[in-house]
Amino acid sequence: MIRLEKRAQPSKLWTLATPFVAVVLTMIVGGIMFAMLGSDPFEAIRIIFWDPLFSEQFAAYSRPQLLVKAGPLILIAIGISMGFKAGIWNIGAEGQYIIGAICGAGMGLAFYPAESFIIFPLMILAGALGGWAWAMIPAVLKVRFGTNEILVSLMLVYVAEAFLASVSSGLLKNPDGMGFPGSRNLQQYPAAANLEIFQGSGMHWGVLTAFLAVIFAYVLLSRHMLGFQIRLTGEAPRAAKFAGVNPARIVFLCLGMAGALAGMAGMFEVAGPAGQITIDFNSGYGFTAIIVAFLGRLHPVGILLAGLLMALTYIGGELASLMLGIPGAAIQLFQGMLLFFLLATDVFINFRIRLSKTEAV
Amino acid sequence: MDLSSINPILLIASLMVSATPILLAALGELVVEKSGVLNLGVEGMMITGAICGFAIGVNTGSPVLGFMFAAICGALLSLAFGILTQYLLSNQVATGLGLTLVGLGLSSLIGKPYEGIKSPTLQKMEIPILSDLPIVGRMLFSHDPMVYFSIALVAVVWAVLKYTRAGLILRAVGESHDAAHALGYKVVRIRIMAILFGGACAGLAGAYISLVRVPQWTEGMTAGAGWIALAIVVFASWKPWRILIGAYLFGGVTVLQLNLQAAGAKVPVEVLSMSPYLITILVLVIISARGNHGAPAALGKIFHASR
Amino acid sequence: MKRRTLLASAAALTLAFGGAAFAEDKTKVGFVFVGPVGDGGWTYEHNKGRLAVEAHFGDKVETVFQESVPEGADSERVMTQMALSGADLIFTTSFGYMDPTINVAAKFPDVKFEHATGYKQADNVSVYSARFYEGRAIQGHIAGKMTKTNKIGYIASFPIPEVIRGINSAYIHAKKVNPDVEFSIIWAYTWFDPAKEADAAQALIEQGADVILQHTDSTAPQAAAEAAGNVVTFGQASDMAEFGPFPRVSSIIDDWAPYYIDRVQAVMDGTWTSTSTWDGIGAGMVAIGEISDAVPADVKAEALAMQDALADGSYHAFTGPINKQDGTVWLAEGETADDGTLAGMSFYVEGLTGEIPN
Repeated sequence: MIRLEKRAQPSKLWTLATPFVAVVLTMIVGGIMFAMLGSDPFEAIRIIFWDPLFSEQFAAYSRPQLLVKAGPLILIAIGISMGFKAGIWNIGAEGQYIIGAICGAGMGLAFYPAESFIIFPLMILAGALGGWAWAMIPAVLKVRFGTNEILVSLMLVYVAEAFLASVSSGLLKNPDGMGFPGSRNLQQYPAAANLEIFQGSGMHWGVLTAFLAVIFAYVLLSRHMLGFQIRLTGEAPRAAKFAGVNPARIVFLCLGMAGALAGMAGMFEVAGPAGQITIDFNSGYGFTAIIVAFLGRLHPVGILLAGLLMALTYIGGELASLMLGIPGAAIQLFQGMLLFFLLATDVFINFRIRLSKTEAV
Repeated sequence: MDLSSINPILLIASLMVSATPILLAALGELVVEKSGVLNLGVEGMMITGAICGFAIGVNTGSPVLGFMFAAICGALLSLAFGILTQYLLSNQVATGLGLTLVGLGLSSLIGKPYEGIKSPTLQKMEIPILSDLPIVGRMLFSHDPMVYFSIALVAVVWAVLKYTRAGLILRAVGESHDAAHALGYKVVRIRIMAILFGGACAGLAGAYISLVRVPQWTEGMTAGAGWIALAIVVFASWKPWRILIGAYLFGGVTVLQLNLQAAGAKVPVEVLSMSPYLITILVLVIISARGNHGAPAALGKIFHASR
Repeated sequence: MKRRTLLASAAALTLAFGGAAFAEDKTKVGFVFVGPVGDGGWTYEHNKGRLAVEAHFGDKVETVFQESVPEGADSERVMTQMALSGADLIFTTSFGYMDPTINVAAKFPDVKFEHATGYKQADNVSVYSARFYEGRAIQGHIAGKMTKTNKIGYIASFPIPEVIRGINSAYIHAKKVNPDVEFSIIWAYTWFDPAKEADAAQALIEQGADVILQHTDSTAPQAAAEAAGNVVTFGQASDMAEFGPFPRVSSIIDDWAPYYIDRVQAVMDGTWTSTSTWDGIGAGMVAIGEISDAVPADVKAEALAMQDALADGSYHAFTGPINKQDGTVWLAEGETADDGTLAGMSFYVEGLTGEIPN
């Protein structure tokens, strides 16, 4: 009988090795799936993992795009990972992202067509505040009434989506848009556009903010008292109470931070790559970020790498479906497998396999 | 505005149909959560059930076989979740979300050949005598068999949880897996069984959408119903009969908002379309404000028997 | 290795002879789809157009497509990658792709782009759309004749000009043959959500509607009508013939194939120019699915006559006198609507109740 035995110390080797094992396993099983769909598995895997980075034809374009795609994922994932560490399950980042985008874009459009350097910072602030406020709803309800934050934050995603549909065909509708829903394109409004900092690098202000957030979160969690309190609340809530941690404060902090970062991500996206508020401009970043957070094991550096890996599978997946006609659903399945294999192999970090004669579990 | 055009009898009859998928899925999730496991992959299992049931329904011409196969497929998918979380001790939230991703991808791959096909559907089952009663006959007693089945399942789950030894063990495992383990119960095995039951119910729920309510297969057709089912479980404070109330309430608000639109009510459409979610939040708040949520104590916690 | 040198010298030759050798090469045509190709409606019909291009040109073309591409940043990347992969002509088939198409087109001046349902053109970007409202006029006529309760349900998607045009067109023609007719409109805020569409249809039926028009893409309303037994429906975007002859009595079909073949041919011939196309029944971009025998013969004959009149241009679906909802005059007697107003239509005509949400 196979039995798991807890290690005294988490294995350093496995901590580093499992992502690679998971990727290799995903490649094997995914390759079999691609073969069953009638595509050459080796070519498919090469296109997904290699071509976006190194192919002569695409790489010059898709390398910067990796940053564009990974930026919002990392920014949102950093925020929600704090809450996850403290056992606060904010799975409604998508809603905070939408509201942040609406507030940020609304702030910018309110100034249209004025030109001033202050507009863009104000938009960032509005985006962050919007996301923060949206996240405060589950926070207040949790602290005041003990309402489950998973569900409230999730329900608020649907409310945010309805609100988005409403403003994009009403309040923020482009007056020059021939009656079609959707706001003015912020890319064409220089004072409000979230442009690349270095031309052709893909590095826009949102990506920079994401990198800063990674550093900030790393310092907070490893060097700061607050980070310790967050971790303690998650790992041992009772002990945290005895240590004088105010749970309400942690809830406000974690949800607020997650909301503000998600809101900023929404604002950067709408002012940059997406360009405008439309009925369904949100494309699920808030949900994908949850997967990124776990792929990165809730560690800031892990999230950075996981965000980039996830972006790679998106862009590589698009290329694979373009070049080989692999259906989009297969790519989705491929991403799901990656997460599953990582979760499955992670067990070896804390446990080792023992063969024993007694029946276990 | 002409509210008189809304017929309350028909409204109730159609909310029962509209609510049946979330009722089934929520009931399955209730059992899973009672055993102390949080499976956020309901949506993924539902959509898989929807396509599997539809495929078998179309190929065999028998919706009943379709439903059975949907339950099996939902359970099989949930087994992946069970193995990951129970044997490989992975995080339940992440695994559940991954399961949703896998389910959505898998279902649309399987479903490619079934797009745009009509399926056999369940016939209405008029209950003799009762269905001839005025008002309630049309309202409550002329539905398809799955509506009755879902209500019966509520009663069964309630009775099993409350009165049987199996129910007691399940609840014990969900309250404290360590204590249950010390008493000699096989925690992991019990939880796997609960997870399988949840998967089967979600599969049935999905098949109800693809075989009865719509009836057709289209990608992503569950459109978030699995998430609503999760909300209903908390809403119901983990009590089976309240699941019924919660699901019917949600179904009722959804149907009512469409009826209000059709009747030309002077309420902004976006407010109406937000209303089911806002009302769910409101009720969640009211219930939680009264305290005693009834959440299983070990919900979402990882169990590892260390000896 | 040898083969590569051969190819290289061939490429050098081509360059030397000014690209003449490439005339033999395949024309690569890309399609960007907003939904899955199996949605049975909008994307399904565009994909049928793609397949028609393949069938028509055989070995001379290569088509590629990408389905379920979200609007916004993702679509821009998909188009760029398509252009990088060597596409000569790219069709972007959703309104939300408008600005991304313009952006990408600016970066690839040698690639031709075709954007569906938008209004922004460029030197290498054409726009095209279909006059679905012509089909709606025929539907409205049949609906007005066939309703017994005088109540017609309409499942609308989003409050955009195209949908509003459809509602107005259907209403005007239903009212013309049946002055007592009333429209109940449900805004579903989705193009495609079968469960919600089923519920919406159910709600309309329960409130006495016996004809359901839909501007959403799934067949769920058809199934709801079939279950109700005495409710008339029309296929939307695709024929939905499996629900005929009743409840589905006719349909509006988007037929993109002739246009797509035409445009690909233009690229092959080197005659492609940036154009704005808004075609209706006459050009075959909008087709009317077979009117089934459930429709009385005289009504069917009238409908067919209207179809012919719309096709040859002798009748315009928006011909005055038509007032706006607030009672002000929009079109005087005999006046027809201009395309500018129609393209941006954001008001109801007189007689419709309720407000357009915004």
